[in-house]
Amino acid sequence: MESNSTSPNLAVRKAARPGWALAGERTLEILIHLCGISAILFVLGIFFFVFKEAFPVLGHEKFSLSQFLFSQEWYPTSEVNKRYGVLAMIAGTFSVTALAMVLAVPFGIGGAIYISEFCGAKTKETLKIVVELLAAIPSVVWGFIGLTVMSRLIVKYTGAPVGVNVLNGGIILALMSVPIIVSIGEDALKAVPDSFREAGIALGATRWQLIWRVLLPAAKNGLLAAVLLGVARAVGETMAVLMATGHAVHIPHSLLDSVRTLTANIAAELGEAPVGSDHYRVLFLTGVLLFLITFVVNLAADFMVRGIRKK
Amino acid sequence: MKLTMQATKQGNLLLTGLATLIAGLLLTACKPGGGQAGRTAIIQNKGSDTMVNVAQAWAEEYKKVKPEVDVEVSGGGTGVGIAALIKGTIDIANASRDMKPEEIEQAKRNTGKEPKLTVAGYDALAIYVHKDNPLNEITLEQIAQIYAEGGTITKWSDLGVTIPGAANDTIVRVSRQSSSGTYEFLREHVLNKKDFKLGSRDMNGSKEVVELVGSTPTAIGYSGMGYATPAVKMLKVKKSAQEPAYEPTIANTLAKTYPIARALELYTLGEPEGAVKDYINWILSDAGQKVVEQAGFVPLPPERRTRPGS
Amino acid sequence: MTPPDANVFSETPLVRRKRREEALAKWIFCAMSALMILPLVLIIGYLFERAWPSLSLGFLLEVPTRGMRAGGVWPAFVGTIYLVFLSLAVSAPIGILAAVYLNEYARDNWLNRLINLAVINLAGVPSIVHALFGLGAFVYAARFGYSIISASLTLAIMTLPVIIASTREALASVPRSFREACWNVGATRWQTIRSVVLPNAISGILTGVILQVSRAAGETAPIMFTGAVFFKAVQKGDLFPYSLHDQCMALSMHLYTLSTQVPDVQESIPFATAVVLLGSVLLVNAAAIALRVYLRSRKKW
Repeated sequence: MESNSTSPNLAVRKAARPGWALAGERTLEILIHLCGISAILFVLGIFFFVFKEAFPVLGHEKFSLSQFLFSQEWYPTSEVNKRYGVLAMIAGTFSVTALAMVLAVPFGIGGAIYISEFCGAKTKETLKIVVELLAAIPSVVWGFIGLTVMSRLIVKYTGAPVGVNVLNGGIILALMSVPIIVSIGEDALKAVPDSFREAGIALGATRWQLIWRVLLPAAKNGLLAAVLLGVARAVGETMAVLMATGHAVHIPHSLLDSVRTLTANIAAELGEAPVGSDHYRVLFLTGVLLFLITFVVNLAADFMVRGIRKK
Repeated sequence: MKLTMQATKQGNLLLTGLATLIAGLLLTACKPGGGQAGRTAIIQNKGSDTMVNVAQAWAEEYKKVKPEVDVEVSGGGTGVGIAALIKGTIDIANASRDMKPEEIEQAKRNTGKEPKLTVAGYDALAIYVHKDNPLNEITLEQIAQIYAEGGTITKWSDLGVTIPGAANDTIVRVSRQSSSGTYEFLREHVLNKKDFKLGSRDMNGSKEVVELVGSTPTAIGYSGMGYATPAVKMLKVKKSAQEPAYEPTIANTLAKTYPIARALELYTLGEPEGAVKDYINWILSDAGQKVVEQAGFVPLPPERRTRPGS
Repeated sequence: MTPPDANVFSETPLVRRKRREEALAKWIFCAMSALMILPLVLIIGYLFERAWPSLSLGFLLEVPTRGMRAGGVWPAFVGTIYLVFLSLAVSAPIGILAAVYLNEYARDNWLNRLINLAVINLAGVPSIVHALFGLGAFVYAARFGYSIISASLTLAIMTLPVIIASTREALASVPRSFREACWNVGATRWQTIRSVVLPNAISGILTGVILQVSRAAGETAPIMFTGAVFFKAVQKGDLFPYSLHDQCMALSMHLYTLSTQVPDVQESIPFATAVVLLGSVLLVNAAAIALRVYLRSRKKW
């Protein structure tokens, strides 16, 4: 064991401790190792179980993967012709996420810059706590706010016929992903060595110049990772979009159209689909798709973050 | 030295923390063992969203009649209720449509028992519009033209009305998520099994449909009659342009003149027994049927109810 | 001094512009931060205002009545507590031990890089995919059925990566010199961890776990398909209404069903439910943060 190499006085130690203590320690260390490996098992387990339920449909003659990805006709329970196309849902997820990022990224990065560069220690602490609390608001509460408060505001101010739409979902998701972007972005800015700042200040740069010319380029990867994690959050969010986007299967043409996202589609229909039916399996396949999307996004974000550390 | 002392102190803190956690776990884990023996029965009830409110009201009332029986109610939809019944994981499935032959077959294969149907009341499927909508009547054909794939009605002017104060003439279609019992019922009995047009707003609950219609002057939606609110209006429905239109009322539903009515169905595996049998008998009694009426549905006519104690 | 020298430090138009830009940038970023906080305050304020008619201690302790149109949220509140405790009772030990492994034992090899990757991805899995997993693995494959066990195990796996991450951070903040001092007096690796590393990291670990209470309490999607019910009749004052194989009500699910399924609800009731949920989540979080701030202020290194 590793512990032996670090304590040269092996014989003395052995004599001082009873056998059961050593055995107990051994068991515990094995347990610790097992727990360490458990994370891999869980990820594989998730993929395995979700894929296992989805798999049989792939071989089904009535199902084609290209139709699944590129058709917008979603008729999972049709009596005449069942069609499983999730393109409209992909478009829905994409539009809501894109809008959320357009709104959240400037505010998130701006907030991160303010917290990390402009404000004093007290304000900094307070702001970080507020951001943490903002992140703690449960998604179903956000959805409730979207359904009851936001939708009325949207109808009132935009004249849209229905208040649950892309705009509503986008705003809610933006509010939900801002805290992540702020906290990861702030970490990224903090990771820029102080010597960069000192060099800039010595050259007479103002703080703004310092941020624009030095910090942002230096923290670019970390900030991008922050945005990517925000995207992952927005793509994976379920309850808020289920309640706030209006749930219509079509490709949106304007911000005021209702859409349905991949996540909301699973949440809405899983309960209804008879277990083992094609419909049920296609919903699991949608889950696999979501899993892969977030997997790639998270992986990319991780590489970005690790890029900084290596530097 | 100082470090060790501090460490021991904090070590104690750690132990206390862990102990609390474990104690909490044991508390929650042990109690059920004792509790289970004390209780006589748990009835698991799952299914139709249309019926979930009446099912909930039954459970709540029944708790007063027989406090020792626990009834768990969950929604999710007719499909999920029937699927759970097929798996044998629940006692009663609430359904707002009939079980399909292949589902009955599956249930027999899986559990060896034949699903048994009990009708616990009726529901008229109401067509809702906003209360300011001047439209009063609608034919089944028009509903089909609005909702079905390839249907030609997309604007209120197609129905001969203009919505006061609305800039947009387009009909906002409010529907239910596919495979909800209500959705399937409308497809089967009004759309003649044709598919729905895509792009309708598919709500997850009957209440959401009515709320959205109530807040949207240009919307039309369908839901059980029990969900009406002051913000919406139920249209009179006629089978065809020549026939008279009927309101969704208790009398019209029982007289079968209102064209889109359906039964509130309870499925059990085999003949209900024990606590489940008592529960279903109670539902069919005057007390249970009063709950049906209060929930806004159509109760069974008196001659089909059970007498208490029979 | 001579005037030309003073000129070097006087304002030139360039300097003035620089200053203006700086001030502008500062205000813009300040406004952005303010706009970030504003929603939190507005939302809580608005929810409170709308919920006010129903809010009372009775609302928390009362069971729902009249078809969930009146009464309180007790069964849902207790259900949430059940789910949170059970899930953390599973995820906290596993998560803490996993973090101990990653921080104290693991060397930089492919296996541990893989574990790191797994933790990161586990944290990013959408909650609805967790729900699918819970349904497939616990409800069907493990035959727990729809039950509190299935739901809390699903939640446990969801909270696990964050517990691992926060515990690791806490462990990593214990200076290496502490460990070295302990090794030098002949302690084994585990003895060092038990008597030096864990005691010194416990505050960070605890806050990390407490923060997960709020996450587990707020989730809806993973429990919706694994063990939460629309309604369960519970008698008033029943402190332990559920057994592990029952399904239970939960606050988050209750809020969802109240706002989408139950007709004619008195308007303030869903708002009050939202306030109870939000309030308990924020209270737990605030407590964790306060604990962290307090313990950090006592840190001696």
